[in-house]
Amino acid sequence: MTNNILALNGLRKNFGGVVAVADLSLTIAKGVISSLIGPNGAGKTTIFNLVTGFARPSGGDMIFSGRRINGMKPHAIAGIGISRTFQNVQIFPNMSVLENIMVGRHLRSRTGMVYACLVPPVLRREEKRIREDAEKQLHFLGLAQYADAPAGSLPLGSQRMLEIARALALEPGLLLLDEPASGLNARETIVMGDLIGKIKAMNITVWLVEHDMDLVMDISDHVAVINFGSLIAQGTPAEIQRNEMVIAAYLGG
Amino acid sequence: MRGKNSVGFIILILSVIVLPHIITNDYYLGSLIFTGLNSLACIGLCLLMGYAGQISIGHGAFVAIGAYGAGILTANYGWSPWPAMGFSMLLAAFVAIILGIPALRLKGHYLAMATLGFASIVHVVTVAAVDVTGGPSGIVNIPRPNLFGYLLDTDTRYFYFVWAVVIIGVYCAFNLIDSRVGRGLRALHGSEDAAASLGIPVTWYKVQVFILSAVYASLSGSLYACYVNYIDPGPFDVSYSVLLITMVAVGGLHNIWGALTGAVVLSLLPEFLSFISDYLRLFGIRYQQDYNTLVYGMILLFIMLFLPEGIFSGLRGGLARVFAVFKKSGQASLEGEFAGQSSAEKLLGSLSGHDQ
Repeated sequence: MTNNILALNGLRKNFGGVVAVADLSLTIAKGVISSLIGPNGAGKTTIFNLVTGFARPSGGDMIFSGRRINGMKPHAIAGIGISRTFQNVQIFPNMSVLENIMVGRHLRSRTGMVYACLVPPVLRREEKRIREDAEKQLHFLGLAQYADAPAGSLPLGSQRMLEIARALALEPGLLLLDEPASGLNARETIVMGDLIGKIKAMNITVWLVEHDMDLVMDISDHVAVINFGSLIAQGTPAEIQRNEMVIAAYLGG
Repeated sequence: MRGKNSVGFIILILSVIVLPHIITNDYYLGSLIFTGLNSLACIGLCLLMGYAGQISIGHGAFVAIGAYGAGILTANYGWSPWPAMGFSMLLAAFVAIILGIPALRLKGHYLAMATLGFASIVHVVTVAAVDVTGGPSGIVNIPRPNLFGYLLDTDTRYFYFVWAVVIIGVYCAFNLIDSRVGRGLRALHGSEDAAASLGIPVTWYKVQVFILSAVYASLSGSLYACYVNYIDPGPFDVSYSVLLITMVAVGGLHNIWGALTGAVVLSLLPEFLSFISDYLRLFGIRYQQDYNTLVYGMILLFIMLFLPEGIFSGLRGGLARVFAVFKKSGQASLEGEFAGQSSAEKLLGSLSGHDQ
């Protein structure tokens, strides 16, 4: 696996005196599902925040498709093809389900404020295209029947699906999912697993933080385990399940 | 603009065309012109507050920039009103950038504080910078503009002109809302993090909508100056900014029509109240001076208590409920008929021995 989409070299993040990420070096291979696991507070979400620009690294490098992304703003990082979901679902509750996904098409359209003010939507071919693309995405996720419902009225499972649909609407190269199965019931978790498989089939690299070990071991091609901000093991799911350091970290041994 | 909005838009245009034929009294026509000017400022403020979720407590300052910009350039420097208005809009946009970039980089309501301070500064400057603004005595001899050879000298002409500008303002606002930029603004209102993760440049968008709202306010101010031909610092104190926010909030924050409703209601309410103010004598006390203020405050209080979503949403919700009741009773009677039919069929069936 020489074809890496993302490489972290000696990545470090301190919050005051607390080291959240300690000299982490890790690569994410293109086109596969990679998982990042570890006990609570191990620094998983911090790593996601660093990669997506919501936090600035204290040291080290992040290389995405051959480009250094340290210090880039979140919207610029989205612009080069990394999209993400959030641990606590961040949909736009004041907008309809379809509009949520239409926001996801933001980077695939260009109208600026002045043009938007002066030209009515019916004359903007772009607006129609955004709507059609978003509708396609809704069908793919099986949320079409909710298109006009306020997004805040959906049950949690559907809200997580919607958040993923919105992130996919960007047509990203790398999709970061932060605990997509948390709060979902067993049936919804299975649907989520299938969905992540489908995303991989669309040739989008998936990087996953997840606590549901059955799901992780079931769908991942590669698993990395971190504790106290540093890598303690990585390999295939089968290797990780046999690794004694991992078992110790999880059981507190 | 889609569906219901285009219906509202047509109603707005028709009422603007018809109103001067009904109201011929110059005083009331004047009130309607002021209403239009407030509406213009409120549309911009509604885009900023209702859609993008950023609060400005100092929008009166941008109105003042528009008014003084147009006033000084025309009366003191002999500019024609149009370039003076254009320059004032540019000036307001520039000030909005200076004010907005530091305040809008941060999450939360820092813009509210920055604009509050800014409004106080502008008011002090208009009073104190006597050489430029004329100080408390203001600026006189501001000319009316000339539109395609027609001098806008009568109130009727100015009414049509101001409301045409309002209509264009509403039109542009709706165009913006139904665009990727408008969606981006509503998205960052919902969650700035999520909006940024989808590639929306959050700070820049907030600054842009702040600029736009400042331009609306500035235009409103310029048109005011050219209408009354005379400006002084009086109308542009902080309480005017608060009045603008109140208009938007009372009408309905999350809808351009709401902002417009609020501007119209609160601009005209004092006129209606002054009409009845002479008549009240309660418990042997004559409420002559403050009666309208009292009632004004009470009406505001009641609107906020009983129509917390604003007059527009409240009335629309009420109408929808009335329609729903009518629909339901209609449906119920229909269902009753069908039920009756089916039981009659059943009866026939059982009589003839073909039980279903």
